[in-house]
Amino acid sequence: MEKSIYTPDMTRVIDIEELTSLEKLFTIKSPNGELGHEPGQFVMVSVLGVGEAPISISSSPSRSNGHFELCVRQVGNVTNALHAMQPGAKVGIRGPFGTGFPIEKMRGKDLLFAPGGLGLAPLRSLINQVVDERSSFGRVIILYGTKGPSDLLFRDELDEWVARDDIECLITVDRGDETWDGHVGVITTLFPEITINPRNTIAITCGPPIMYRFVLMELLGKGIPESQIYLSLERRMKCGVGKCGHCQIESLYCCQDGPVFNYAKIKGFEEAL
Amino acid sequence: MNLKVLDKRAIAPLVEALMDDYRVVGPQAKGSKFTFEAVTDPANLRFDYDTTILPPKKVLLPPQERLATFTLQEDLQVKTVLETEPTVLLGVHTCDLKAIQLLDEVFSKDFPDAQYLAQREQTILISLECLSPCDEHSFCKDMGTLTASEGSDIHLTEIDSAYIVDATTEAGEELLARYATVRDATEADMQKLNKELGAKWPKFNYQLDFETAKLPSMLEAAFEHPLWNDLGDRCLACGSCTNVCPTCYCFNVYDEVDMLLTKGTRSRNWDSCQLDEFARVAGGENFREARAARQRHRLMRKGKYIYEKFDELGCVGCGRCIRTCTAKISIVESFNTIHNGKK
Ligand SMILES: Cc1cc2nc3c(=O)[nH]c(=O)nc-3n(C[C@H](O)[C@H](O)[C@H](O)COP(=O)(O)OP(=O)(O)OC[C@H]3O[C@@H](n4cnc5c(N)ncnc54)[C@H](O)[C@@H]3O)c2cc1C
Ligand code: SF4
Ligand code: SF4
Ligand code: FES
Repeated sequence: MEKSIYTPDMTRVIDIEELTSLEKLFTIKSPNGELGHEPGQFVMVSVLGVGEAPISISSSPSRSNGHFELCVRQVGNVTNALHAMQPGAKVGIRGPFGTGFPIEKMRGKDLLFAPGGLGLAPLRSLINQVVDERSSFGRVIILYGTKGPSDLLFRDELDEWVARDDIECLITVDRGDETWDGHVGVITTLFPEITINPRNTIAITCGPPIMYRFVLMELLGKGIPESQIYLSLERRMKCGVGKCGHCQIESLYCCQDGPVFNYAKIKGFEEAL
Repeated sequence: MNLKVLDKRAIAPLVEALMDDYRVVGPQAKGSKFTFEAVTDPANLRFDYDTTILPPKKVLLPPQERLATFTLQEDLQVKTVLETEPTVLLGVHTCDLKAIQLLDEVFSKDFPDAQYLAQREQTILISLECLSPCDEHSFCKDMGTLTASEGSDIHLTEIDSAYIVDATTEAGEELLARYATVRDATEADMQKLNKELGAKWPKFNYQLDFETAKLPSMLEAAFEHPLWNDLGDRCLACGSCTNVCPTCYCFNVYDEVDMLLTKGTRSRNWDSCQLDEFARVAGGENFREARAARQRHRLMRKGKYIYEKFDELGCVGCGRCIRTCTAKISIVESFNTIHNGKK
């Protein structure tokens, strides 16, 4: 068959787990053996007849085993169609595309993860890779915030991270409810709770667009150098391979130059944040 | 190869012969304007056209193009679609030729685009030297596209009742040998050629107040220029300027399903960064919500972003976007405003 960068490989959904009322976790069989992704990369997921959407790979390469996971929020045509699927359904996959997190640069360093809401989906890939190679990293700090307790993703893993001695995981919700006896407040309210050695810390953040400004202020306020902060950005994407033009951030292509960007490199781009 | 001469009366038989083996696409009249269309009668070809409504990019990157077909039966399957047709693209002005060279670069770099490249490989380009400006809106002289020494397979220059024929590739030479009746250019022909080419340059005016080499750095410093708001206030966000642009290639991808829900197609169509939803994502965030930001994006692409990625400016000076804009927005005026605002 003729090869085209726009033709997805067809594969099957192995398992679907409901994480919240809006988000489901899809375990998908890798189309050709292993997906071979790096944490931070994304795939274009096709529901034939409906369309395609870029989704971050949420599982870590260290746990791939012939399949990978996507955590998908139901917001529109493609994501609704995915949510309506049953295990065994066929989906199309293109990718992995884009830049991953520079994991080699992170070895030996303290890592500060600051995901907001669905931003945990891409960071989870890296976090679990780090957890699986725990001894080659310094401190692991996770500051996670969502709107409410029912929006928290990956509850089991959060519990595990909180329980571990070698991970400092703090969780907050904007508004609590009767089930919640944890921290209440936006994600930035977690920062005063921790002290770090900023020169040895690499920070990784991902979340809704308005979150970045505030989280960056906190990170920089702690003295973390700009070049040690990584962000994963979302843009509209139609091709994933630098052609369709939708994902441009000025001269950068979020699908090729990103979605993972180094803050020092991107801060001069007015359209970025 | 040495230059040849093709008598104007030999054009119709040549095109006729080509039509047996190729789809021949060339400039033809449509009302008071011109368009590139598949030739059905060589007599309709108009080598004296000024400019066309849509650029010849539509042959290589059709306004709508199928990328894949799929079945929705039991075992869903996808099949790549490469719709190509051996084509001779005839009478391409050198600005549009330069634009095709840029598209070639865009669609072969990093991730080769099979659909574009398949048609491109099946396309023979015959370009045409412009001997006078198409109208007051073109600024090809500024953009360095007033002539071209490469990019096509055969280049034609009119001399009285004939064309000087320059086959610059093997494919061009083969085509000539196989289909055309030409003779070697004589000393007298060469004198005419030199005279025509020498006479043409003064007929074209520079329209920009500065050297285009300055464009990227000039735009770099103009990110916050008040011009963008002015353009944003006037722009109707209709997207015509990008549709008619020979170097615009952004597209949208969409699926269609047949009535019985048994099969469907995935296609792409031209999209425009001037449309409101172009950079909107599902959460409702629109990364270029203001028309001013979208106007800035288009001009930045033309003069800076594309240059940074492909080493060539993204505008070839064809003037089509100026002709088409009902809001009378002119890329020439805009660039001059930015330049003159800060000498
Ligand atoms: C690199 C990257 C990684 C991502 N990772 C994830 C992830 O891990 N998990 C996840 O859930 N999401 C992720 N996203 C976001 C995801 O791609 C979008 O939510 C998805 O594309 C939405 O597609 P859809 O077809 O479901 O929605 P669409 O039907 O495309 O639209 C959703 C909503 O957006 C609005 N909209 C969209 N297009 C238009 C239009 N043309 N005109 C007007 N309104 C419009 C509508 O209001 C609609 O309700 C990621 C995005 C990127 C770029
Ligand atoms: S043609 Fe003119 S009005 Fe239409 S989008 Fe372009 S600049 Fe705006
Ligand atoms: S920007 Fe305007 S003048 Fe430049 S190539 Fe495109 S249509 Fe022609
Ligand atoms: S998604 Fe098409 S260019 Fe980036």
